Amino acid sequence: MCCWFFLRRMGPVLLLWLAVCLSGSWAVDKGNFKTCDQSAFCKRQRAMKPGESPYRALLETMELTNTRLTLQLINDNNKVRLLLELYRLQGNITRVKINELKPLKPRYEVPDVLIREPPTEPLSLLSQDENGVVLSLGAESQRVIVSARPFRLDIVEGRDVLMSLNSRGLLGFEHLRMRKDTFSYKVTSTVASVWDNIKRTAKEEEEKVEDGMWEETFKSHTDSKPSGPSAVSLDFSLPGVEHVYGIPEHADTLKLKTTDSGDPYRLYNLDVFQYELYNPMALYGAVPVMLSHNAQRTMGIFWLNAAETWVDISSNTAGKTVFGKMLDYVQGSSETPQTDVRWISESGIIDVFLMLGPTPRDVFSQYASLTGTQAFPPLASLGYHQCRWNYNDQEDVRSVDAGFDEHDIPYDFIWLDIEHTDGKRYFTWDPHKFASPKEMLQGLLDKKRKMVAIVDPHIKVDTNYKIHNEIRSRGFYVKNKDGGDYEGWCWPGSAGYPDFTRPDMRAWWASQFAYDQYEGAMENLYTWNDMNEPSVFNGPEVTMHKDAMHESWEHRDVHNLYGLYVHRATAEGLVERSGGVERPFVLTRAFFAGSQRYGAVWTGDNAAEWDHLKISIPMCLSLGLVGISFCGADVGGFFKSPSTELLVRWYQTGAYQPFFRAHAHLDTPRREPWLFGPENTALIREVIRQRYTFLPYWYQLFYLAYHTGEPVMRPLWVEYPQDPATFALDDEFLLGRDLLVHPVTEEGARGVTAYLPGKHEVWFDIHTFQKHNGGQNLYIPVTMSSIPVFQRGGSIIPRKLRVRRSSTCMEHDPYTLYVALDNQRTAEGELYIDDGHTFNYEKKELIHRKFSFANGVLSSVCVASSQRFSLPCSSSSDLDTKE
Amino acid sequence: MVMFGHFVLLVLIGGAMSAEVQRPRGVPLSKRQFYEEDKPFTCLDGSRTIPFDRVNDDYCDCLDGSDEPGTAACPNGNFHCTNAGFRPGFIPSSRVNDGICDCCDTTDEYNSGVDCQNTCRELGRKEKEELQKMAEIAKEGFMFKKQLIHEAKQGLEDKKSKLGDVQNSKKDLEAKVEALRTVKETAEQPEKEAKERHLKAWEEQKAVIRMEKDKARMADVFLELDDDDDGFVSFTELQSHSELDPDSDASFTEAEAQGLLGGVDKVDTVAFETVWNNIKEKYASESTADVPPPGETTQEETRDPSSDNDSENYPDEDIPEEDDDEDMDEDDEDMDEGDYKPPSTSQTDDKKDDDEEGTMPPYDQETQTLIDAAQKARDEFNEAEKALREVEDQIRNLEKEISFDFGPSSEFAYLYSQCYELTTGEYVYRLCPFNKVSQKPKFGGSETNLGTWGKWAGPEDNIYSVMKYEHGTGCWQGPNRSTTVKLTCGKETVVTSTSEPSRCEYLMEFTSPAICQDPSSSDSGHPDHEEL
Repeated sequence: MCCWFFLRRMGPVLLLWLAVCLSGSWAVDKGNFKTCDQSAFCKRQRAMKPGESPYRALLETMELTNTRLTLQLINDNNKVRLLLELYRLQGNITRVKINELKPLKPRYEVPDVLIREPPTEPLSLLSQDENGVVLSLGAESQRVIVSARPFRLDIVEGRDVLMSLNSRGLLGFEHLRMRKDTFSYKVTSTVASVWDNIKRTAKEEEEKVEDGMWEETFKSHTDSKPSGPSAVSLDFSLPGVEHVYGIPEHADTLKLKTTDSGDPYRLYNLDVFQYELYNPMALYGAVPVMLSHNAQRTMGIFWLNAAETWVDISSNTAGKTVFGKMLDYVQGSSETPQTDVRWISESGIIDVFLMLGPTPRDVFSQYASLTGTQAFPPLASLGYHQCRWNYNDQEDVRSVDAGFDEHDIPYDFIWLDIEHTDGKRYFTWDPHKFASPKEMLQGLLDKKRKMVAIVDPHIKVDTNYKIHNEIRSRGFYVKNKDGGDYEGWCWPGSAGYPDFTRPDMRAWWASQFAYDQYEGAMENLYTWNDMNEPSVFNGPEVTMHKDAMHESWEHRDVHNLYGLYVHRATAEGLVERSGGVERPFVLTRAFFAGSQRYGAVWTGDNAAEWDHLKISIPMCLSLGLVGISFCGADVGGFFKSPSTELLVRWYQTGAYQPFFRAHAHLDTPRREPWLFGPENTALIREVIRQRYTFLPYWYQLFYLAYHTGEPVMRPLWVEYPQDPATFALDDEFLLGRDLLVHPVTEEGARGVTAYLPGKHEVWFDIHTFQKHNGGQNLYIPVTMSSIPVFQRGGSIIPRKLRVRRSSTCMEHDPYTLYVALDNQRTAEGELYIDDGHTFNYEKKELIHRKFSFANGVLSSVCVASSQRFSLPCSSSSDLDTKE
Repeated sequence: MVMFGHFVLLVLIGGAMSAEVQRPRGVPLSKRQFYEEDKPFTCLDGSRTIPFDRVNDDYCDCLDGSDEPGTAACPNGNFHCTNAGFRPGFIPSSRVNDGICDCCDTTDEYNSGVDCQNTCRELGRKEKEELQKMAEIAKEGFMFKKQLIHEAKQGLEDKKSKLGDVQNSKKDLEAKVEALRTVKETAEQPEKEAKERHLKAWEEQKAVIRMEKDKARMADVFLELDDDDDGFVSFTELQSHSELDPDSDASFTEAEAQGLLGGVDKVDTVAFETVWNNIKEKYASESTADVPPPGETTQEETRDPSSDNDSENYPDEDIPEEDDDEDMDEDDEDMDEGDYKPPSTSQTDDKKDDDEEGTMPPYDQETQTLIDAAQKARDEFNEAEKALREVEDQIRNLEKEISFDFGPSSEFAYLYSQCYELTTGEYVYRLCPFNKVSQKPKFGGSETNLGTWGKWAGPEDNIYSVMKYEHGTGCWQGPNRSTTVKLTCGKETVVTSTSEPSRCEYLMEFTSPAICQDPSSSDSGHPDHEEL
């Protein structure tokens, strides 16, 4: 839910402040958020000219061990030295780290994102001269070439350059320095280091001091920047690449656009009120991972930095028309297409992982080996979620629950937004409206249903509030630049922000979910973390001041990581409360690389508009590509009220996206599925039931995502990497390999044109079983009941056709296998079964079988065997075929 | 359709057949005859015939679901619970063996492992009690209702007859008003003439007084100017009064002074008379030089101060509204209606007449008598006219009330001009039927209009079961507030609950005997017997 703008429950001070800020316009107020020009480091870095790199590799400093190469770089302008570290990681990944050789004080290196110190593989020196060195990257004749002057790295396979670093000379590394006018009394270290610093400072004299290096003001907020300039940046060239993807979260197309004519894509977790579509502005989450793709190879760049980051993309073919490209091709002319990318971050170090593919699956597994895979969610969380800001009271919850039964619509979770609390004090219940939460939860439990209650990370400053008192007394709050507890405005009024970067704080937070701590909670109560960018209504860009302190680090360094930590601590709390037995379910709005390990993500406060329905597809596809599979958009749109047609179409789309939740703003009219006349109730009922019939397939896909890092919802090019027609498609998508979905996202649509990929494939309409050949654009006439979904010939999809009140009620029901034959009259598929809610699958308490159908015989073998379910590991049966 | 194989693999099979003897599980008695053991079964929609052992075999064969009345196999099937001791009923097949007890006789959960208790007897007893209670309420309520209808009828009669009376008295009053108007006009004519006479006399008298005063002042001024007391005012003596300088150029020359004296050096008292007429406007007495001339009191000082500040009484349009803050909105409105006073128009201009000439003498006896007579006629006329207006209002109200839709038998008439309150945790809700609904914070704050009477809005067959109140105070970024009032049968007239299911759309539950149905005629509401 939640925009920062909603005022009714705010104190008078904020009311006035908002009244001034927002004179009633609907869309995002862009002026509240920085452009690159308004962000001093971005402006400085972006002003650098290509081809003038001052950096030189000092080859004589090179040290090569079995696993690591180190080398010093020197900036010939200011003589500051950097240390380059290069690692060959297992699984065809190269890691490049660049830090200052002797930083004035340590620079932030992002912790807790990598699941372990990545295992390395041997590097070997192939050749060396005064111009550079050539190292072997192991297999496949891959080499890395380090050029000395100017410094540059090229990764080469055979005769092809895969990727070049600093080829445009845009490596930038603002070394930490003393402020000239104040350094003499600020230095507290040894005399020797003082002397070092003085010498160094003297050398810098020719460097100009620019505005915004030591202090920066945006709107009424001043950033005190005690460490001065500290930005890092690096360029990457991708020869032969025309398509790049990823770096969520942006409300933009799947294929990233070039940024030459506007702002770079921004990664800075922000609570953006009524966000605008098709632009590079930052949103709630950030995953600094970009994928590149062409018909030969897929690669990835993972820029591990949690500070504010901007990504520039340019391409030498961007301006060309299709005809122009064709001409180039026919005449064999001109340059190869190339995409150039540049990353700019405000602080920290350069720590970049080059995931060299070559297939999309390889990149997913490479990234998964670094940051982990999607948490395997409880089965029920793949069902339908009914949310609203707000279900008013227990009676409201009861009657909505009863409404689902009355209209025979299944659902698994009903959600409570902020109004359920006692005055926005999380972990509490409104004493009047939710006087007996356990009674309410028991009522849901009796129907095998569950609830999610919101717990946001801002804590009301109120000495009668236990949570606040404990956090304050333990010193767990984030501190302001002067050392006091940081306070900002959020839903409860004045609020503190727990320092989730601290392990002891996270452990304490997790303990608050224990049944004896969280009053009213039961095992079927789960959690939702909103506003964890963090959202600070009266802060710069509606978030925390960058000079706030997380122990010894500035908020500047950790900003994009905050939401991940909140999510993590909450998920750990849910695991702990069950003694480590039950899988958690936690939804988060803010996220970072690695957030996939903790639960689900949604696309924040969208709006009831057709374009927002459309954008939900590329937004979730982009997240899936960078590991976050459990993604969804608010069905119906959060702000404003959808037309009935839009609502129905949104249900039809959301039912085929991973996280399927309807949600609505407090000020919108009610929109439970049965409020739009019997005809529309029937349409919505039908599509929710379709979702439930596919739950076994969804569950299996999530198990696969948990195992391999492959996205559940994926762009077509992932499966058809050599078919350029798929490269920019983002109005349709695949679920796993076998379901192709082309939702209807146009108002008044009479038909859609879906691209059915694969020249040798056949696709079956899942409703009519009509067969279509692959490799064509297919026009499909639609009515309001149509959802164009196709099953790939050659696949076997398990379904459960007995749709009950909730997924848990379907636990013991039989499976129905949908066997779609390919042109060779064969098919393959899998079935995964476990208890649906515990971690026992880790102990192999599961059934995982592979089916194949050939010559009229369906046979199955086990993929993994289990001690508990003793089934023979292979079996086959003749079946009578309905043709 | 060719290549798509559609197979079913039963991985976890549930349903064993039950020990039901008379009929297959889940079949109602009424459909018993379609399920004959040892005979092939034809789907109830006639679409297909299957061997009987495929009935309730946990695999759906019939499109209409009729072959699986006792299992969850068919997506559109229904399961019949006998529920002995309570009402029999159907549940969707999807609720068979789902681990949740739906039928009170536990028959829906025969293979899910869940331990259901047979609660039919208990439910039956409770329902019976409930029905009895309801019947009791309905009975008593209906008695009240009959009374209400009777009273309403009586009330309507009363009102109609009162309307007749009032209409009659209106006629009388109209006649009276006309008569009194004539009397008034007759009395006012001589009054007017007498007053004019008196005023004219007074004007003449005033002129005389004014002239005498002028003369006296002239004499005073002569003495004042005649500094050397020689009985003449000379041009030099005149020159000491610079305010008399004809061109006001700060040099009052001899020639100018002489000019004022008519071309001579000095004038005596007689000749001064002409000079006086030329200088009296400008002349400033030496003793009263600082005092502004009477009659020119500065206007500003005497204005009513409120006229300068009246902007305070208006909400300032330029200040951005604190949008959704309800209380603020209402404050604004209250100020519009209540606190705002029009700027005072009372002025003090009429005062200045009576300074110099004194006050007008009282009317003589004869004139006063005429005036008194006319005033009396006026008062009587005004009073009669006011009475007429009141009667007209009364007629309008009566007509409105008589023609108001108070239900088929006017049973809701008793609610007219009544109000009912309900206090919740935060608010006091107030329903004034056929007028409006409002909400007031319990601990201070102004009232919010949740809608004014709109219409009866029940379903077609029961239109008087719901009232709709519309166009209440507007919501931020939303609609105007509105309230739906649901009426249910009760002995008492009470607001039993309020809620806000959707933002700014309120729901109120209201009991009243007026909605109670005749218990003897409405059995159909209780499905005691099995539906076919």
